[in-house]
Amino acid sequence: MKPTNISKPDYFHKVVDCQHACPAHTPVPEYIRLIAAQRYTDAYMVNWESNVFPGVLGRTCDRPCEPACRRGRVEDEPVAICRLKRVAADNKDDITHLLPAAGAKNGKKLALIGAGPASLTVARDLSPLGYEIHVYDENAKGGGFMRSQIPSFRLPDEVLDEEVGYITDNKAVTTFYNTRVDSLKSLLDKDYDAVFVGSGAPKGRDLPDLPGRKEGDDNIHIGIDWLASVAFEHRSSVGKKVIVLGGGNTAMDCCRTARRIGGAEVKVIVRSPFADMKASPWEKDDAVAEDIPIVDNHTPLEFVIEDGKLVGMRFDKVRAEYDKKGRRKLVSTGEEPVLYPCDEVLVAIGQENAFPWIESETDIEFDNWGLPTLSKVTFQSTNSKVFFGGDSAFGPENIITAVAQAHQAAISIDLFCRGEELTVRPAPQTNLVSQKMGIHEWSYSNAVGDDQRFKVPHADKTAALGDRLLEVELGFSTETGFEESQRCLNCDVQTVFSEALCIECDACTDICPTDCINFIENDKEPALRQSLRMPAENLTQDIYVSSDLPTGRVMVKDEDVCLHCGLCAERCPTSAWDMQQFLYQVTKASQL
Amino acid sequence: MSYIRPSFRHPNAEANAKGFARKDYEAALSTLCAGCGHDSVSSAIIQSCFELGVEPHRVAKISGIGCSSKTPTYFLGKSHGFNSVHGRMPSVATGANMANRDLLYVGVSGDGDTASIGLGQFGHVTRRNLNMSYIVENNGCYGLTKGQDSATTDIGSKSKKGAPNPFEPIDLCALALQLGATFVARSFSGDKEQLVPLLKAAMSHNGFAFIDVISPCVTFNNTAASSKGYEFVRDHMEATGKIDFVPVRSEITADYKPGFSEEITLHDGSVIHLYKDGKLDCTDRKSALNAISEYSEKGQVLTGLLYVDPDSRDFHNIQQTVDQPLNSLTEIDLCPGSRALAAINASLR
Repeated sequence: MKPTNISKPDYFHKVVDCQHACPAHTPVPEYIRLIAAQRYTDAYMVNWESNVFPGVLGRTCDRPCEPACRRGRVEDEPVAICRLKRVAADNKDDITHLLPAAGAKNGKKLALIGAGPASLTVARDLSPLGYEIHVYDENAKGGGFMRSQIPSFRLPDEVLDEEVGYITDNKAVTTFYNTRVDSLKSLLDKDYDAVFVGSGAPKGRDLPDLPGRKEGDDNIHIGIDWLASVAFEHRSSVGKKVIVLGGGNTAMDCCRTARRIGGAEVKVIVRSPFADMKASPWEKDDAVAEDIPIVDNHTPLEFVIEDGKLVGMRFDKVRAEYDKKGRRKLVSTGEEPVLYPCDEVLVAIGQENAFPWIESETDIEFDNWGLPTLSKVTFQSTNSKVFFGGDSAFGPENIITAVAQAHQAAISIDLFCRGEELTVRPAPQTNLVSQKMGIHEWSYSNAVGDDQRFKVPHADKTAALGDRLLEVELGFSTETGFEESQRCLNCDVQTVFSEALCIECDACTDICPTDCINFIENDKEPALRQSLRMPAENLTQDIYVSSDLPTGRVMVKDEDVCLHCGLCAERCPTSAWDMQQFLYQVTKASQL
Repeated sequence: MSYIRPSFRHPNAEANAKGFARKDYEAALSTLCAGCGHDSVSSAIIQSCFELGVEPHRVAKISGIGCSSKTPTYFLGKSHGFNSVHGRMPSVATGANMANRDLLYVGVSGDGDTASIGLGQFGHVTRRNLNMSYIVENNGCYGLTKGQDSATTDIGSKSKKGAPNPFEPIDLCALALQLGATFVARSFSGDKEQLVPLLKAAMSHNGFAFIDVISPCVTFNNTAASSKGYEFVRDHMEATGKIDFVPVRSEITADYKPGFSEEITLHDGSVIHLYKDGKLDCTDRKSALNAISEYSEKGQVLTGLLYVDPDSRDFHNIQQTVDQPLNSLTEIDLCPGSRALAAINASLR
């Protein structure tokens, strides 16, 4: 193998698994160390710069970082990254003086459609640059689906109001709430220099052809619309027996909301096996904990109507069969269909994009799935003035993806307004700094705690079920937050090897607790991976290869389960190993 | 900064035949200088015991004084240990072995502890063929007292201080051969591929197994002009052959080329395979002594297995002691009673 080129930012970026997995690349270990140092405000601002909604995400993020966390590869559970983010948000001081002010006007005007996470991120990134920003939303408050679809018992209004306010309070931003954009053309006819579409994926899927759908319409609701009507207090009750169709997070929010507003017997009924459900495992756990049975492997056959009223649903029992490629097919078991009686049905089987308000004369092209034709890098549509981001761009994802896309769209909009080339993207900002302070002295806490993942306390179940607005998860205390923070392996503190200094004494090999370091004959990558003391079986993780050493061997380090404990550097007599903190920041349109 | 070894190990690490993890053979974190060769020797001992499936509680580690003699704290933390008096490790090992022949004895000493203050004790434990592994961590200097030349420092070798050593060195392997050692090897702390099988063979040998491990002192004796530094040893090291150790009851899977390999079956049934490159006969004491001086004259360090007597009879065999460890014999076993005494007395009348 050729020596690893560590001067490329990508190499060490990949080693920080959590940050690499995060669509917005939030520097996770960096803010976890700040939390451990009780510097909650600083930890919050590291988050805010990167993901814009730390308080919201600390409660509701899909957490792609956690399955990626290295800790999960050396023991059972990853670090509770998401809940630590909330510790920063819950314990920060007033941060308003740290927020960027509106920049001196540059004479350019932007329209942002929808006041969800994507549009708000664009507004945040561009407001310091002097743009006049107009945000349009059909609802009375900003937040988009963070407000309409995420129930208050998971995300209190105050948290959302606060973080939306940090953006909309900026003098560069003008909000037009209760204003539905019905025509993109008319908006383009106004003197906007660019338009950003962050209108989400607002259409919930229905089962229009299922028998009884029309007759039972009064008691059959589309999940996301129903959640919005509860959130905006147009609806405050539900029938006693409720069936929720679907296995995603919206289904989990629907069933738990139903439990709080009168649903005594709420069931989730889903086509797929329990393990295949799209909902996050912790959301399934929370639903089950609120006495909501999840009935899997049931495909709906019909809505059962008696005397013109919905009385139940009939289902076919199925089992999942997988072909050689792992594709799933649901096959009927041939048993008698089963009837589940109910008063109301909530259909939460997915969301779609819908752009009835974008006229063909706007020159925006759509693909076969009804999604706009966009550049994946610039988020520019076929109308060069119009940019997309969030669920409206490439279909439903999640908040953190919307934020990440919006950062890129904001860069594009700024380049576009300045008449510059959109495809020349700003490089990430990186920094690599030695942590050595002296003998046995490193400027990070390298001790690897043995604690198992701490559990987040929950509100009393009876109280929680009695109050739709009462937040269920209480968050970590600062004490538990500290303890959980100590589970972080500081993967951003990199092991950096200097061939010229190495005397091949084997001290690092001998001390490494997880046998990552090897001095062996070079070979092609597959053979080299197998010849290590502990074969490097995890192909998603790189191996770090040095150039030739005086004995003709090379140093090979498997990054997979390195604990970043620094003992290799500590036991190195010549400082050939050094622990260097790597900071990777996605460059935004404006710097905080 | 904390100087604590994390408790996590590689998730794919497997247990040995006895069900022990490699971690079960580890001990406290070393406080020797970073890069000390002795730490590599400790690591090789851990690896050897793990691979052999030795039960930690059936091992006794005994040492004298010096950097080397501190190391038993850093391996086999669950075994018995005795950090004895300077140069007197052989006496303590002999006593322990006499009392309980069932333990595996690992003695760790240094060039000062063995070739200077302990030379007399070393000579006698060798000629008695005590059943133990005697490991010298030989750095050619007194590391613990700031690097003065030791009795194994080669003539002309310069340590950090810079003055060439004017005295003839003691070659411990040659000495051990002359004194009747039944297993003699030399190795290098920086070559675990050679050291681990040698240690495993030494621990399986019935009798006195001596390994002189050149183990550089990074702080005082790792200079360009020292003959015990990492660079010098690597450049001047010659091996008697590649060694492979096959424990008892294991299937021999490697493909050995006839004519180039020598197979030596030890007392316990385990086998040493040696891929030879030269004319050394590892079962011939004279051949070993000649080879050592031949290489020494060329300025090279001959490593690997130098001599083994597969029919070795240890101190207990020579003394014809009972099979049962002496420390477990009770009064009934030891005292034949008055009737036996009367019979003996009668026979003398």
